[in-house]
Amino acid sequence: MPDFTRTWDVLVVGGGNAALSAAITAAQAGASVIIAEHAPKTMRGGNSRHTRNLRALHPAPTDVLTDSYLEEEYWDDLLRVTGGRTDEALARMTIRASQHAPGFLRDCGVVFQPSLSGTLSLSRTNAFFLGGGKALVNALYRTAEKLGIEILYDTEVQEILLEEGFAREAIISWRGFPERIRCKSVIASAGGFQANREWLRQYWGDAADNFQIRGTPYAQGTVLKNLLAQGVQEVGDATQFHAVANDARSPMCDGGLAMRLDCVPYSVVVNENVERFYDEGEDVWPKRYAIWGRLIAQQPNQRAFAISDSQALHDYLPSVFPPLKANSIGELATALGLDAAKLAKVVADYNTAVQPGTFQGGKLDDCRTQGITPEKTHWARRIDQPPYHAHPLAPGITFTFLGVKVNDRARVMMSDGKPSANIFASGEIMAGNILGQGYLAGFGMTIGTVFGRIAGEEAAKLVRN
Amino acid sequence: MSETDTVVEARRQMEICNACRYCEGYCAVFPAMAMRREFTGADLTHLANLCHGCKGCYHACQYAPPHAFGINIPQTFATLRAESYAEFAWPAGMGGLFERNGTLVTAVAVLAPVLALLLTMALADPATLYTAQSGVGAFFRVVPYWLIITLAGGSFGFALLAMGQGARRYWRGTAQKPITSPAPVAEAAFDILTLRNLGGGGHGCNDVDDSFSATKRWLHQAMFGGFMLCFAATTTGAIFHHFLGWKSPHAFLSLPVQLGFWGGIGMLIGTTGLLWLKTVTDPVPVAKKLLGGEYAMLGLLWLIAASGLLLLGLRHTGAMGVLLALHLGLVIGFFLVMPYSKMVHGIYRGLALLRHAQEKRAA
Ligand SMILES: Cc1cc2nc3c(=O)[nH]c(=O)nc-3n(C[C@H](O)[C@H](O)[C@H](O)COP(=O)(O)OP(=O)(O)OC[C@H]3O[C@@H](n4cnc5c(N)ncnc54)[C@H](O)[C@@H]3O)c2cc1C
Ligand code: SF4
Ligand code: SF4
Repeated sequence: MPDFTRTWDVLVVGGGNAALSAAITAAQAGASVIIAEHAPKTMRGGNSRHTRNLRALHPAPTDVLTDSYLEEEYWDDLLRVTGGRTDEALARMTIRASQHAPGFLRDCGVVFQPSLSGTLSLSRTNAFFLGGGKALVNALYRTAEKLGIEILYDTEVQEILLEEGFAREAIISWRGFPERIRCKSVIASAGGFQANREWLRQYWGDAADNFQIRGTPYAQGTVLKNLLAQGVQEVGDATQFHAVANDARSPMCDGGLAMRLDCVPYSVVVNENVERFYDEGEDVWPKRYAIWGRLIAQQPNQRAFAISDSQALHDYLPSVFPPLKANSIGELATALGLDAAKLAKVVADYNTAVQPGTFQGGKLDDCRTQGITPEKTHWARRIDQPPYHAHPLAPGITFTFLGVKVNDRARVMMSDGKPSANIFASGEIMAGNILGQGYLAGFGMTIGTVFGRIAGEEAAKLVRN
Repeated sequence: MSETDTVVEARRQMEICNACRYCEGYCAVFPAMAMRREFTGADLTHLANLCHGCKGCYHACQYAPPHAFGINIPQTFATLRAESYAEFAWPAGMGGLFERNGTLVTAVAVLAPVLALLLTMALADPATLYTAQSGVGAFFRVVPYWLIITLAGGSFGFALLAMGQGARRYWRGTAQKPITSPAPVAEAAFDILTLRNLGGGGHGCNDVDDSFSATKRWLHQAMFGGFMLCFAATTTGAIFHHFLGWKSPHAFLSLPVQLGFWGGIGMLIGTTGLLWLKTVTDPVPVAKKLLGGEYAMLGLLWLIAASGLLLLGLRHTGAMGVLLALHLGLVIGFFLVMPYSKMVHGIYRGLALLRHAQEKRAA
C-alpha cells in the first residue's frame, strides 16, 4: 500500500513517454517522485505504447539515423504541416533539443534499430524503437523503478487542487478507492481527450460515435479539463484532431497502427451514397494519410469504401483484415451494402476517364484521369482485373489538438499571462503549443521527451529551492 | 502441414504482425514474414521453426493479452513447432509420442537405466560388478564390449536414421528447394552455432520478463557445447580403442577424459540453469502443454551429465559397475527417445535457417 500521508516533491500525472521522461529526469535530479497512471500495468503507457519512432535533428549520420537533418529543414517541415500555426521560439527550442532525445532514451534502456521495411521510409529523419513504443515504455518503467520512483497503476487523477495558484494535492481514484496525493509540484502528462466521446460529441455530434480511437481508451482529458476550468490558458483548436483512414472493422479503441490502410492511392474511394469525394492520388501517401481520416469523418455515417482490383493488391502494405473480394463490381457493391448500379457506373466512368500513363507506385507518376469530378491525379489505372477488392474505411482518431499553454520551461501558463507557480506539462497535453494543426511523423514523441525532460528538471529545481 | 487450430491461430497472428511490423528488428521471423502476403500451413511451419522463443516480440507487443487481439507469437509458434515435430516424425505415426511427451521422456529416463542395471546384473559376474576394477579393460569386465557397441551404437544409429528421415520429410513439407550453393548453408550454420536469433537484435532476449539478458543464450551454449564435447569424448575414445589400440580407462588428463569432464560440467551448468529459468520466467508467453517434455528432457540430460561425472570420480571404486550400467542406460534411452523429443528442434531450426538464408538471396 502506497504511503498517502507523505508529501512528494513531484507528482507526475500520466504514464506515457512524456510522463516517464519527466519522472525519470526529476528523480535523477534528486526529487522524490510519484507517478499516477490511470491504466492497469498490462495496458500502461498511453498512446506512447503504440508508437514506432521519433524525429531527431542530427548534424551527421548516427548509428540509427542516416545522412543529416538540420534545424532549418526540420523547421520548414514543421511550418509546412502546421500552415504556420506554431510558436516559432518553442518549436525551434524543441527542434534543437530533439538532437539529444535519442541519447536520453537510450540511457533509459530504450533500444533503437535501423529502419528495415515499412511504408514510410523515414530512416533519415526518424529513429525507430526496436519493438516499437511498448518496448520503449517497458524500458522507461524499468528505469523509473530502479530510480525508486513510486508508480501507481490503475490510478486516475480526478482533480488537482489549486490553492492561490499553487497545486498542493490531487484527488485520485486508486484502484477504485478515493485517495489524495500531497505534493510540492505537479507535472501534467496525461495526453489528449480523444477517447472521451462525450466531449467529442460537443463538436461532432452523433458522428463522434463512429470514430475509432486508435490509441489508449484512458485519454479522457480529465486533467486537461480540470486545469482549463481553474484558470489555465488553453491552446489549440478544441474541435480538431489528427485522424487517419482505418479499417472500418477495427476495434473502437486501442486498435493501434496496424489498423490503418494504405490502399487509398491505388483505389477509388466512395462514400455510402456511392460518390467519390476527393482526389485519391493527390500526393504520395505519407503526405496524405493524415487528411483522409478527417475526410471520412465528414462522410455520411463516417464510412467510405476503397475499391480496387487484383493488380493493386501488392502496391500497399498488407492489411490486418483481408479485403472483400468479388468477381464483378455489382457483387462487390452488394457485399458492401452499396447500390450496385451506382457503383458500376462510378467505376465505369472512372475507367473511361483514365488516361494512358506509366504506373509508378510510391512516386508521383503520370497516371491520371480526365473528365470526372473529382479527378484522380496520380496512380489512376483502370479497375478491370477481377477479382475486385474493397476495404471499408472509418476515421481513426490519433489525438486531439486542444491543450494547456506552456512556456519554454514547460511551465503551465495561467489566463492572466503569468506562469503557474508549480504546475508543468509535457507531451500531448501541451503539443498544441507547437502543433496548431497538422502533424509531422515522429514529432509527438519528440515533444514528449523534450518537454518531459524540461518539466522534470524544472520541477526538481523548484522543490529544491 | 495440416490445417490445425494452431495453424489457423498462427495465421491470424501473422496477418496482424504483417500489417504492424514493429518487431522487424528482433529476429529472422519478421523479415521472413514480410516476404509473404499469404501464409500457407507450410509457411507458418517454417516461420514457427525459425522462432527461437526469445519472447522479445511478446513483451514488445501492444496487442499482447489482455489486448483483444491476444498476440502471443512465442507461445503459438512453440505449439506449432511441436505439431510439426509430430507431423514429420519418422516412422510416420510415431508423431503421437509428442503427445504427453513429458511422461514418455520421464519413463525412458527411469526405465532405461533400470533395465540396463538388471541386464548387467544378469550378465556380469557379481564378483566383478561390485568390486573395484582397475587397469586396461576395467569397464568391459562389467559390461562386455560387444554389448556396449551393439546397444549404444544401435540406438544412436536409430536416432540418426529417424531424425534424418524427419529432416527429409520436413524439408519436403515446407520448402522443397534444392541446395545449390554453399553460402546459405554457411550462414545457417553460423546462425545456429552462435544462436544469433536469441540475441534479440543485439542486446539479449527476454529470459524472464521485459528486461533483456543473454542468460538463456549462454546457458544454451553451455549445454550444447557440453553435449558436443561429450560426443567428442566418446568419438576420441573409440578412435583410441580401434585405431591406436589405447584401451580405457584413460588417465584423467587424457584427451577423451578431459573432453568428457568439461563437457559434463558444461551440460550440468546449462541444464541446471535452463531448468531454473523455466521456473522463474513469466508464464504467459510459454506453451504450457510443452513444458512437461522440456523439463523431462533437461532432466534426462542433467542425469546423463551427472552420472557421467560421478562415474569418472568413482571409476576406481566398487561403485563403478553400477554407475556404468546406469550411465549407459541413460545414454541409450536418450538416443532412443531423441527423435521423439525436444531434441529435434535443433534440426528443424537449422533447416528453417537454411531456407531463410536461401530466401533472402532469392528476394
Ligand atoms: C497508433 C498511434 C501511433 C503513433 N505513432 C507515433 C510515432 O510513431 N511517433 C510519434 O512521435 N508519435 C506517434 N503517435 C503519437 C504519440 O502517441 C503521442 O504524441 C505521444 O505518445 C504522446 O505521449 P504522452 O506521454 O503525452 O501521451 P500518452 O502516451 O497518451 O500518455 C498519456 C498517459 O496519461 C494517462 N492518463 C490520462 N488521463 C489520466 C488521469 N486522469 N490520471 C492518470 N493518468 C491519466 C494515460 O493512461 C496515459 O498513460 C502515435 C499515436 C497513435 C495513436
Ligand atoms: S508481435 Fe505485436 S508488435 Fe510485434 S509485429 Fe506482431 S503485432 Fe506488431
Ligand atoms: S525468436 Fe523471439 S522475437 Fe522472434 S518470433 Fe520468436 S519469440 Fe518473437
